Amino acid sequence: MIKKVLVILLLAVIGFYLVDLLAQIPFGEKRDNVGDYYLQESVQSLKVANAVTGIVVNFRGFDTLGEVTVLFLAAMGLSSIMYRKKKKGDKDVRAKKPSSRILQVGVQIIFPMVVILGAYVFIHGHLTPGGGFQGGAIIATASLLMLITYRKFKVNHNTISWIESIAGVVFATLGIIGLIKGMSFLENFLPTGELNALLSGGIIAIIYVSVGFKVAAELTGVIDTVLLNNKPDSNNENN
Amino acid sequence: MIWLIIPIIVLVLLTIGAAIFAVVTKNLLYAVVSTGVISLGLSLFFFILQAPDVALTEAAIGVALTTIIFIITIRNTTQYEGDHKENKIEKGAKS
Amino acid sequence: MNQLLTISFYGTSVALILIGLYAVLAKKNLLKIVIGLSIIDGGLHLLFVSIGYISKGTAPIFSPEVVGTNAVMVDPVPQALVLTAIVIGFAVTAVALSLVIRLYRHHNTVSIDEIKNLKW
Repeated sequence: MIKKVLVILLLAVIGFYLVDLLAQIPFGEKRDNVGDYYLQESVQSLKVANAVTGIVVNFRGFDTLGEVTVLFLAAMGLSSIMYRKKKKGDKDVRAKKPSSRILQVGVQIIFPMVVILGAYVFIHGHLTPGGGFQGGAIIATASLLMLITYRKFKVNHNTISWIESIAGVVFATLGIIGLIKGMSFLENFLPTGELNALLSGGIIAIIYVSVGFKVAAELTGVIDTVLLNNKPDSNNENN
Repeated sequence: MIWLIIPIIVLVLLTIGAAIFAVVTKNLLYAVVSTGVISLGLSLFFFILQAPDVALTEAAIGVALTTIIFIITIRNTTQYEGDHKENKIEKGAKS
Repeated sequence: MNQLLTISFYGTSVALILIGLYAVLAKKNLLKIVIGLSIIDGGLHLLFVSIGYISKGTAPIFSPEVVGTNAVMVDPVPQALVLTAIVIGFAVTAVALSLVIRLYRHHNTVSIDEIKNLKW
């Protein structure tokens, strides 16, 4: 009881200071000129229509490389924590009865549409809102739909490993080619086309396509690992 | 943005109400679904603030993938918080 | 009217941060603590994006209708930062939940009071 009162007191103090700080920041005014510089450069020198994509892949592309690394580490750590060899007394974790008829027929119609939507989102990442991370998450949701509906659907972990590794190597290689040519790491060396065309922006489109493949493969592997790990018997718990 | 007053107020009440409900309730399945509703409300906030990329990312990752990982964790552990007779019965006869 | 909009956007994010902090500090179930972490993440992202808003601005995308005109656009830099933060928040939540599953298999409980009292 005393612990809850102390926690509420601490939260009141933190809340008071937060409100006092945020009351001095007026809502909706221009703060500085960094955004103007990026918007101008994105139209004139880079010729990519989506300014946020231009910032994420080209102006601050090194942070995207770090984020891709963090996702890779998380997927690796998760599958190594939940790894268990198949022992004799393990129970089967799939459902015992087949799913209903409506679900099976509906998934047959919806699954190709969702995959095409995900591919559209990460291919046109530099023209419309979207990009690699969004498209990869949409494709992972589609594979989750298949895993729930059909009991015999298996995901081949070997294929997923190969797709993920090759996509990561493509990203790093494009950066190193910039170094070989004498410019900085991840420099834009292909010719930029005109605004609002599909082949514009140099290497931005290629990087986002490889990031889309990588994120889709990783999240599918994560969902498959968590959904299908073997449940131990209730008697032997120390594994 | 002045004619969006009523949807903004409804969104604020929905988000904060779902957050309070997720912390107070004792059935963990209800808490997880409330977290999904919070992500949905945040995605609509990002749309009102003219940020379509962020709204797409929050809707794809926060609503679908986070909820499914929470539900799989509940399936492998208990469903009710604290001492509840459902937890003890589940330990004896795991299906 | 500007006051009302300010209160609703900043106030929602501060309320989400405080509710999430309460769930992390004062709850005993491990799953509730992880839910609290996820709520704190949501509040912070909303705070970031709402600081970068400019009045009567539009989305920072140069579609064919907007190219020639000198329209006012919102700040694109906080949106790029929040894009990275959402994905990393999901990765942290996934790893934390896998640790919760392992702890449950070892100690057969998810309450931190009993886990702290168990002998090795």
